[in-house]
Amino acid sequence: MDNIISIITQVAKGLNITISVLLAAALLSYFIAFVAGLCRLSKNIFLRKFTGLYIEIFRGTSLIVQLFWFYYAIPILFNIDLGSNWSIGVIAIAMNYGAYLSEVVRGSILSVADGQTEAATALNMSSFQRMRLIIFPQAVRMMLPEFGNYTIQMLKGTSLVSLIGMGDILYHGNIMRSTNLSQAPLIYLIILIFYFVLALPLIWLTRKGEKIAKKGVAS
Amino acid sequence: MNGNEWSWETFFDALPVVMEGLSITVGLTVSSFLLALLFGFVWVFLRRIPYKPLNWLFTWMMEFIRSTPPLVQLFFIYLALPVLPVIGITLSSFASAVIGLGIHFSTYIGEIYRAGIESVGKGQWEAATALNFSKRDKWTKIILPQAFPPTIPMIGNYFIIMFKEVPLASTVGAAGIMYMANNYGSQHFNYLEAITIVGIIFLVLSYPSAVLIRKLEVKMNTRFDKNAKIKEIKEIDKGAML
Amino acid sequence: MAEPIVRYEDVHKSFGDVEVLKGIDLDIYPAEKVAIIGPSGSGKTTIIRMLMTLENPTSGDIIVDGTNLWKMEKNGEMVEANEKHLRSVRGDIGMVFQHFNLFPHMTILENCMTAPINVKKEDKKEVRERSIQMLERVGLGDKLNNYPSQLSGGQKQRVAMARALVMRPKIMLFDEVTSALDPELVGEVLEVIRDIAKNDDMAMVLVTHEMDFALDIADKVLFLDEGVIAEQGSASDVIEHSSNERLQGFLSRFRG
Repeated sequence: MDNIISIITQVAKGLNITISVLLAAALLSYFIAFVAGLCRLSKNIFLRKFTGLYIEIFRGTSLIVQLFWFYYAIPILFNIDLGSNWSIGVIAIAMNYGAYLSEVVRGSILSVADGQTEAATALNMSSFQRMRLIIFPQAVRMMLPEFGNYTIQMLKGTSLVSLIGMGDILYHGNIMRSTNLSQAPLIYLIILIFYFVLALPLIWLTRKGEKIAKKGVAS
Repeated sequence: MNGNEWSWETFFDALPVVMEGLSITVGLTVSSFLLALLFGFVWVFLRRIPYKPLNWLFTWMMEFIRSTPPLVQLFFIYLALPVLPVIGITLSSFASAVIGLGIHFSTYIGEIYRAGIESVGKGQWEAATALNFSKRDKWTKIILPQAFPPTIPMIGNYFIIMFKEVPLASTVGAAGIMYMANNYGSQHFNYLEAITIVGIIFLVLSYPSAVLIRKLEVKMNTRFDKNAKIKEIKEIDKGAML
Repeated sequence: MAEPIVRYEDVHKSFGDVEVLKGIDLDIYPAEKVAIIGPSGSGKTTIIRMLMTLENPTSGDIIVDGTNLWKMEKNGEMVEANEKHLRSVRGDIGMVFQHFNLFPHMTILENCMTAPINVKKEDKKEVRERSIQMLERVGLGDKLNNYPSQLSGGQKQRVAMARALVMRPKIMLFDEVTSALDPELVGEVLEVIRDIAKNDDMAMVLVTHEMDFALDIADKVLFLDEGVIAEQGSASDVIEHSSNERLQGFLSRFRG
């Protein structure tokens, strides 16, 4: 029992990093998703192609590769110091999932029925008003479940920052294991439970989002 | 080579080294994908057990596996299993990675199977019963032939997704391209070129497959759309006849 | 007679290789009730969709209240209209759709209020009162805060009409508004249209399969066949005195 408590206290030291990386990456990725998703629907062909390239590159490679690439490449190629591995972790996760989520944004906007645009036109709305008042509010509701799912993926992805030396919950668990080899099963089980507990509210929100999306109206 | 700027010399030096890992990467992908396909069925089966507590247990087990990081699951299998009392077994890096990724993604594949089965209408079950099919025949002749085809593009997508997750296996020492790149980096104090090569390899291999699967998806969608269009035309005709 | 409020001049429309409308000339006068009948695929809906700016004509002109809808003057030349021009001309036109197209994320009251407030920048309180009045008029005063998904098809269509009326259009377009309804719900929607036709002085254009209803309320009936107006005139002219064989054939299917 003492064992368990000492493992929990050790692992909990990483909560700070895990949660802050998740929150920052999630917010940044949502922002990227909307910007990139709307760019993909823009009339400007250059903007469309350029965003398309970004999306294909980030969806075509994996997060761990991108993370290491940012880690090694940014200081060398751009000669800038991002200040910390924390920012590198956040940027890598946000760019990766921003690419996936931008496709969700684009798909949701496209899936709003043509009749909605026609009805808005018949009420003499401008194209901006159509987007703001009619298309966007409906599209956002449809996006909710996928945003929930990808946020859970991001939580899982935060575990990778331990590989670039960030002190998240996995990192602290790994340290403990290296001096306590026989405790490995308990340590990793507790880490998994930590992640699961963090995921629970996200799972709950996702299910709630599914209900809203299905109903199409705010409850 | 001071490792402070991009060097094509290093790039071409690292290229063959990294490529050596390709067969392992592909091998890991295919093996863990096959395991996930197989285990996906197990989940479907487990979750159809008509006993509430067990059903609940398996549902949450599945949720647990899919919402925790595969990286930690790999560590568990590779580092924790061997020291478990009594049942402890030591697995190779390769086997650990295949089992870890296979089980993790089987939870997603299982959901796809389930969605496919649920997409077959209730009427099909009733028709099969009305024709007095045996339980086995109902599944093999009526339900599965309809449930399976629509899931093909989604399952194909998971092949690509798993391919991209395979670099995680480098953390438990499976010598795929990611492992080779890291290895090269640590020997030459020069990671950038080697990691870039890994990125390019993934892009070159996964992009065409993604395009292929998108085509497949469009093809299947238009098949359904055509039917929809025929239905629409019939309805319009009906409207005109009223 | 007064000047027409809408005039079609040799309007053609093609979708790909298929020419759906092959030269439409048509005048619609203020307060006139026009019914467009004809076999499916004859282009009836396309005629009013072009007036609502949902479809652009391949050639020809549509003049609304003296202004060319699809063309505008720029540096002394007539060029394709931009959005600003379209908006300035189509403000007096309203439309009711076959599939209602209510906004599912808004209550039915909000459905009625959004355009007057956001498009016409009218006073919110006044719009609210007017919307409630209009919803009461179509018999839905007790459902103000319901969402469209909670209504029957007939109720949805009545909301759609209230939503269009709140904008106070001079021309109302009805695109097969009863075709998507269950037969027992058609009556309540037709009643509302009859009420509008009787009490409001806007021009109305109805594309419909409800033959008897159309003939009853219309001042002018158009029979559209193979992309041209094959017959037009008062209801009795068209129905009883026309020698057009295709029209007679078309009508006989409704008479059984």
